[in-house]
Amino acid sequence: MISWDQVTVQFNGHTAVGPVSLSVAEGEWVGVIGPNGAGKSTLMHAAVGSVEYSGLVSFDHRAARAGLDIAWMPQRPVLPDDMGVGDYVLLGRTPHLTYLQAESAHDVETMRRALQRLDLVDLARRPLGTLSGGEAQRAVLARALAQEAPVLLLDEPTASLDVGHAVEVLDVIDDLRRKEGLTVVFAAHDLTLAGRFADRLVLMSEGRLVVEGPPAEVLTEAVLKPHYGPSIRVLNDPDGPVVVPMRSTNA
Amino acid sequence: MGWKALTISMIVVGASALLGSVVGAAGLEPMAVIRALLDLIPGVDLESGLSEVQRNILFEIRLPRVVLGAIVGGVLAVAGAAYQGVFRNPLADPYLLGVAAGAGLGATFAFVVTEDTTWLAPLAFVGGMAAVAVTYALGRSVGRRSATSLILAGVAVAAFATAFQTYLQQRNVDTFREVYAWILGRLNTVGWGEIVGLLPYALVATIVLFGARRLLDVLSIGDDEAGALGVRVGRVRAVVIVAATLATAAAVSVSGLIGFVGIIVPHTVRLLFGWSYRVIIPLSVLFGAAFLMLADIVARTVVSPAELPIGVVTAFLGAPFFLLVLRTMKGPT
Repeated sequence: MISWDQVTVQFNGHTAVGPVSLSVAEGEWVGVIGPNGAGKSTLMHAAVGSVEYSGLVSFDHRAARAGLDIAWMPQRPVLPDDMGVGDYVLLGRTPHLTYLQAESAHDVETMRRALQRLDLVDLARRPLGTLSGGEAQRAVLARALAQEAPVLLLDEPTASLDVGHAVEVLDVIDDLRRKEGLTVVFAAHDLTLAGRFADRLVLMSEGRLVVEGPPAEVLTEAVLKPHYGPSIRVLNDPDGPVVVPMRSTNA
Repeated sequence: MGWKALTISMIVVGASALLGSVVGAAGLEPMAVIRALLDLIPGVDLESGLSEVQRNILFEIRLPRVVLGAIVGGVLAVAGAAYQGVFRNPLADPYLLGVAAGAGLGATFAFVVTEDTTWLAPLAFVGGMAAVAVTYALGRSVGRRSATSLILAGVAVAAFATAFQTYLQQRNVDTFREVYAWILGRLNTVGWGEIVGLLPYALVATIVLFGARRLLDVLSIGDDEAGALGVRVGRVRAVVIVAATLATAAAVSVSGLIGFVGIIVPHTVRLLFGWSYRVIIPLSVLFGAAFLMLADIVARTVVSPAELPIGVVTAFLGAPFFLLVLRTMKGPT
């Protein structure tokens, strides 16, 4: 279980997040939604220690260890152009190595498995700079999987993907979650997609957690409009709510 | 690929060292030089055929110079590679945080105030280290997590030290020639003593940077992501900077401010052998050593019996060579 307890993040005296408390059970998939600037990414940054925060992020009732307990897929990952896909995925083994240690055969094997899982074996030697958006996103996810951390934090993992590839990537994650009990926390702008995959949605606004519940309860016009504005409509599909944009004027 | 590259570079280093020992005003027979060197190995007894004078030239003039060139070249190149890795900045060189400007100020101070060259190397070393220490303190006080604030602090400290150094120099024009010659770099006024003094710094730095080579690869995905993989980025950066700076300050305190090696050699290695610091770090040491030994041969032969400052040669040869490599290797490797 991963928990944010009274986590507050401040930038230059301005409170960007918090205080926020959120617990995610083992094997649960939680979607974090909210408008731009709501603090979704910052909440994840706090969990991996890339921003300073007060409060506590814990995993199984002790302080969470970045890398070992939590794998993070950032919104805009840095992908060195010349680095090969295999070498990049192997970086995911870093938390398991001491500073002076080299990767073992086991680490290389874990890297291979991650490549296989995301259908990247044929691209293992390709430089990252030559990948398409979808391939690059899969490489980043493979690196996160190679960490073998029990919690996966995904910050807009489908932002650069078309809807088909987006579903494909999320299906892979969902499959892993079911087979290996991975805990997934997923920040998303695409509300419909978030609702389709998450067990629970939490809506953040202005740094605070304002609503949480099952997708059917959170993805309603009454809940969303105060935060996203009046230009949205929620349609009811048998598989769950569909959030669609509306033009605000009939020009 | 790894072993092949290593073997090639070892051969290049060996050939450069031999060439450096053989070429000069007093011509020495290459085979005689090889025999004289092999004779040094315990248990090997060879008659080199060199006269006493030739032996003195080889062991007291040529070899110290060749060895110093190798150490300084290796140190500047590996420090440059490390700086580029730790700052994720291809324009970073070992002088980025002000070590050159600080060493220049220390050296100028030595020429102007003490008029005694025994203080030259220690004052240059202290000046270089002090400048980087100030840069580090300033950079951290501005933004603890940012590499950019360190680089900007380095710019400010280097500008200040250079201004102060220029002021000192203008006030003491009689030392202008010596200061200028030192700034352009030279390997000629040296005996084994200076090498023995420099060697521990060079060795410690090379070992530390060699140890950090995998972490430098991790840092190439940025501070945030490296941190999220459990790497203490600030600590790694500090260790790498301290090691690279100590060795650079020690090197320039003996050789003066030889430019371009720290930027051209690592980039050439990168273009030829790939992006990974696991390759770049060890090969930069070897190619840096070879490059400076070869540059020194040019420096002391082209306008013989006079000498060109080696910094002029490194730029004059290095820049076109680098452009050539860049043009032939363009596009992702």
